[in-house]
Amino acid sequence: MGNISRRTMLGATGGLIAGGLLKTQADALVVAEEAAGLQAAQADPTKMLGGPTSVLGQRAPVEQPRRGMGSPAATGASRTPIEQLRGIITPADLHFERHHAGVPAIDPDRYELLIHGMVDRSMTFTLDDLKRFPAESRICFVECSGNGGAAYNRNAPRERAPSQIDGLFSTSEWTGVALATLLREVGINPEASWLLAEGGDAAVMSRSIPVEKALDDAMIAYGQNGEAIRPEQGYPARLLLPGWEGNAQVKWIRRLEASDRPSMTRDETSKYTDPLADGTVRQFSLVMDAKSTITFPAFPFVLPERGWWEISGLAWSGRGRITRVEVSTDGGRTWVPAQLQDPVLSKCATRFRHIWNWDGGEALLMSRAIDETGYVQPDLETQIAARGEGTSYHYNTIRPWKVEADGRVFFAQGEAQ
Amino acid sequence: MTRWCVRAALSGFFAAGTLAVHGCAPDTPNAPNAPDLETGTVVSSAAEWPGSFAIGRDATPAEIAALNIDFGPDGADAPPGSGSVAEGKFVYDGKCAVCHGVTGQEGPMAQLVGREPREGFPFGETRGLLKTVGNYWPYATTIFDYVNRTMPITSPGSLTANEVYAVAAYILFLNEIIPEDAVMNAQTLPAVVMPARDRFVPDDREGGPAVR
Repeated sequence: MGNISRRTMLGATGGLIAGGLLKTQADALVVAEEAAGLQAAQADPTKMLGGPTSVLGQRAPVEQPRRGMGSPAATGASRTPIEQLRGIITPADLHFERHHAGVPAIDPDRYELLIHGMVDRSMTFTLDDLKRFPAESRICFVECSGNGGAAYNRNAPRERAPSQIDGLFSTSEWTGVALATLLREVGINPEASWLLAEGGDAAVMSRSIPVEKALDDAMIAYGQNGEAIRPEQGYPARLLLPGWEGNAQVKWIRRLEASDRPSMTRDETSKYTDPLADGTVRQFSLVMDAKSTITFPAFPFVLPERGWWEISGLAWSGRGRITRVEVSTDGGRTWVPAQLQDPVLSKCATRFRHIWNWDGGEALLMSRAIDETGYVQPDLETQIAARGEGTSYHYNTIRPWKVEADGRVFFAQGEAQ
Repeated sequence: MTRWCVRAALSGFFAAGTLAVHGCAPDTPNAPNAPDLETGTVVSSAAEWPGSFAIGRDATPAEIAALNIDFGPDGADAPPGSGSVAEGKFVYDGKCAVCHGVTGQEGPMAQLVGREPREGFPFGETRGLLKTVGNYWPYATTIFDYVNRTMPITSPGSLTANEVYAVAAYILFLNEIIPEDAVMNAQTLPAVVMPARDRFVPDDREGGPAVR
């Protein structure tokens, strides 16, 4: 509403109705949105009739989280403000973005998914067809393979918020048809070991996916948090590969080709591969290892006073459930188990909490996740020793946060060695 | 079961006429999950699914051909056509250099050309090394596949097969991988051996206590 007064707004809305200008549904929407805006800042809400119902809800005026981004770009990214979120679900309009040639505008009535190659029947499915198959829903994370790159550096800048490090990470309830159901319908051949997944965007995004994963828990998703997938997330349908790197979960999916070898597309060769210190490059490194990060307290928050504060954050693993998260307030000398908030789901964000009595002195906060395979989130030096300083992607090291005596909190990779 | 409905009562008070839309209907009991012999068959688990749901339709060969543009290292499905280094320079100068630089090294977008460092393969060891087609890409066919599907970025998919083979030839020549008189086509492009080819290995991470 800005600084437009309530009187002005009432006048404008009333005039629109009185003047007979309320002709379309869009006009009605504008009126409803303006009326909802009136809910801001009533001195005593018990002494004034509240706002009416509306066709589309909005956030409270002072609660306006935004994705973090640099300048808008079709080939860029935007980040989920994880430090501003509660629980584990990411609102769909705050789900991170990573596009390689912008967001396409796809007509759902013309949309088709083609499945061909090493199958008994090459078939196409409309969006209505996909929705007619037995559906399934699951809550899981999607994470960019390059998430956390800002933390893989002994000299990482101190003034970094959790979203600036790990904001290429979001969690949604996804609904769609199991890819196994579609592959059953087309009769995928037993000799087929790879699927080329291809998007209908201007990148004609393409990745090779092992059939084993496709038959395990992959989904062609058309729903996100109860509604249609957002255009930025692949409308009208995308590939979902729970626990795997986001790049492989091709959005706007238009084609799946079954074959017995990978296509070696750009994004599985020159990009999204992990060079190692021994001179090799790890390829098809698709699973996201266990990771956690404290989202509170963290930069730029300032603890205003000593006393009891709840350390809170997110943990996840692409290999299954998180079984334990440990928190340290003394730079890793001692660790205590954090509380895990139900539900603790496989390949899904898990909220952890640890109540902490801050004594007003300096403190170095850390979290480390352990998953059901027994994998323990490593510290930076351990991962550098295993992979090398120049490696790319899959940065899942412990994120340390330094609390200064004045209450300011900074990202402290360099101080945790 | 009926229940008193606050919302229906209030919406009736403030906006007469909306009750029919927003009013509460009496709760209906859940229907038992059992076959209804009059209206159809209820299947309660995947084990009882029919062999086919008969949803979707057969794709025609023409539809498949229109979308089946990928082209892997073995050269199967490589389209006909060919392009020389000289022809590639012409296409590159006109359509690629504005983003990738006149010699493929100036940017502002991805640097395509460069063989340094020629000794070893220090990308994992050393931070910040630039990965180019010449020093990192394992397969020459990927150049065709990628350029064909999405370049130039302002007019993706607009190049002919001849132009894409030619651009691939020019980029490979600038990277000192093929000679200036080479011609790329469905046979010669898959045969090009890239310098980094043997560096690529399968993922050996597998969960458990090991940090890899």
